[in-house]
Amino acid sequence: MKADPRGVLTGTHFIDGDHACCEGALAAGARFAAGYPITPSTEVVERFASRVPTVGGTFIQMEDELAASITLQGAVWGGAKAFTVTSGPGFSLMMEHIGYAAMTETPCVFVDVQRGGPSTGLPTLPAQADMMQARWGSHGDYEIIALCPNSPQECFDLTIKAFNLAEEFRVPVMFMMDEVVGHMTEKVVIPAADEIEVVPRRHTHKNAEEYLPYGTNGDMVPEIAHAGEGYKFHVTGLTHDERGYPNMTPATQDQLVRRLQNKIRAAADRIAMFEEENLEDADVVVVSYGITSRVAQRAIEMARDKGWRVGKLRLITAWPFPDKKIRELAGKVKAFVVPELNLGQMVREVERAAAGQAKTIAVAHAGGGVHKPEEILRTIVEASQ
Amino acid sequence: MSDASVLNPVEPFLRTERIPHIWCPGCGIGTTVNCFARALIESKVDLQSLALVSGIGCTGRVAGYVKLDSFHTTHGRAIPFATGLKLANPKLNVMVYSGDGDLSAIGGNHLIHAARRNIDLKVICVNNLIYAMTGGQTAPTTPGHAITSTNPYGVFEPAFNLPHLVEAAGAVYVARWTTFHVRQLARSMQEAFQKKGFSFIEVISPCPTLYQRRNKMGDGLDTMKYYKEKSKVRHGAPTSELDLSMNGEIIVGKFVDRDRPDYQSMMRTQFVESLGERFVEQAEMVCS
Amino acid sequence: MVERCKACGFCVEFCPTKVLALSSAFNSRGYHPPHVVHPEKCSGCDLCGMYCPDFAIYGSKAAAGGEQ
Repeated sequence: MKADPRGVLTGTHFIDGDHACCEGALAAGARFAAGYPITPSTEVVERFASRVPTVGGTFIQMEDELAASITLQGAVWGGAKAFTVTSGPGFSLMMEHIGYAAMTETPCVFVDVQRGGPSTGLPTLPAQADMMQARWGSHGDYEIIALCPNSPQECFDLTIKAFNLAEEFRVPVMFMMDEVVGHMTEKVVIPAADEIEVVPRRHTHKNAEEYLPYGTNGDMVPEIAHAGEGYKFHVTGLTHDERGYPNMTPATQDQLVRRLQNKIRAAADRIAMFEEENLEDADVVVVSYGITSRVAQRAIEMARDKGWRVGKLRLITAWPFPDKKIRELAGKVKAFVVPELNLGQMVREVERAAAGQAKTIAVAHAGGGVHKPEEILRTIVEASQ
Repeated sequence: MSDASVLNPVEPFLRTERIPHIWCPGCGIGTTVNCFARALIESKVDLQSLALVSGIGCTGRVAGYVKLDSFHTTHGRAIPFATGLKLANPKLNVMVYSGDGDLSAIGGNHLIHAARRNIDLKVICVNNLIYAMTGGQTAPTTPGHAITSTNPYGVFEPAFNLPHLVEAAGAVYVARWTTFHVRQLARSMQEAFQKKGFSFIEVISPCPTLYQRRNKMGDGLDTMKYYKEKSKVRHGAPTSELDLSMNGEIIVGKFVDRDRPDYQSMMRTQFVESLGERFVEQAEMVCS
Repeated sequence: MVERCKACGFCVEFCPTKVLALSSAFNSRGYHPPHVVHPEKCSGCDLCGMYCPDFAIYGSKAAAGGEQ
């Protein structure tokens, strides 16, 4: 379905990533946001607060992130496409509700504009140290999808993708920005509404008697109904059966939790998005995401100028992790070089997927700034020898 | 016998396939649900537009037993979830049905802000003075000197006076009844359902298995008799005078019934004033 | 709905005309459900129905007065 033109600010803009993310949400059809101020994410909802009364929707600043992260879910069940925006400390507070969204299969988007941590850390400076938390932060077994934009343009485009994936899989999607991508100002082209594909809510067409809130037709994603439509359904965070009723037995647990996981894993190939360059003859592949990929780009160019055979793999979806791609490459390359603004998070996934078939070398950075291209280049050269 | 089940006004509101419920003999939560059902019928609320949100705890299980669009959410967060529902679909009549621990301890912050904002929610707080589901721990409402599992030598903290708290925060309708006062409770619920803004009804209820048992206060029936004997109806009493104690008087009644613009009216007014023609009314959210 | 009853005693106690008493019978859960002792005294006020926390009883002025 095409985007609703009321939310699409068609034109060429010179805006930062935070602002572009807000426009992406509006273009995707988001008409509800609940937020709480936290640097460096606040501008996303500030813009939403200013835009949405002229588009037709609601923003509410809640009293804390615990509230924001569940208020948006109430709005989803009331019929809206909804999201919230935060950074590290707020992301930590939202974890219980991310789990609730995963368990109740509430389609929604959580934007984390990552900053230095742990704890209060570096509120105004970048890091990429919430990547594992995005995947494992809530308790229990569940799967999420996480996207990593590396430019304001991608903050626009991929936010739409995030909402689309959320609706398709009825899952909370983590939008993992970082402070630099959020605060860098670049050209952002917003196309006409009819050029934007938007995935509609998987609303059931069954009547109230036939409808099973968590029944699936073999594709593992149930159809949804909203409050007020006469379905009289029940939603609970307790382990539940197809009727949505609590059913706290190992058998139901096994069935439910495996389905929550498999609905994403089975589609991992379809979900995976990455950008690749020069992989065919590469000795070394640089695996990066977010702002670090911009620096890595330069380092790769510098290495190639010197004659090193270096390929680029930029992760656009960080989760589910593209195991298959790494495994394929691992058989053909000497090493993966993984620069990140953390002390080693996604590199562990690369290493796991490589399964010893290629070396995996991290280029760590504690956060607070970005790598210098030379730092990454140095490791590329070492790895190539 | 099947005749009776058809006649009983509460029956159409129950997910009968899940009855009998998990609440203990003598627990008052089921009693409040009877009053709720009758209030729904009397107030002529459009049943299709009803949504019920609860938190975690014994009272939180109400959501699972009522045949309405019902949401069993996380501990303490029924009110913000309900806020999201209401804002996304203003046509919904959103009720919050939860317990004293859920609403005033972990959920306390959300309680006061929703009251402050006067969000159009009807909150039924079943107050059994304890955290029942988890085995009888102290709640912010547990009266002094009571024995609980986390205060085995007696509670020494002052307890919350919930009507006072929510009145101060801004609620437009505040009442307290006990599970003995079934008719008055149903009537209060009905009044709240017909009123716009943040309504809060506290229902004092027995927890015979934990609170009453540990404090050697008898069973549910003994507690109901205590409510009958020691309650005093004082409509309009100042909420500051409504403190509860272990064996003392229980003041019940309707204490606050005032008019304040609700959150959504205020929001709309502000936008119309500031934006004039640029303001776009929120369209029907239902996206399909 | 005899099977729902948990013999809490509310209906027996609060019936204004003392129509009910706990029986010596058992339901399948081992509780003594109430039975109608004075059907002629039932006014159909349905306080029993309102009090019952287990949704096990409802009073109406139908045929025999109280119904369980």
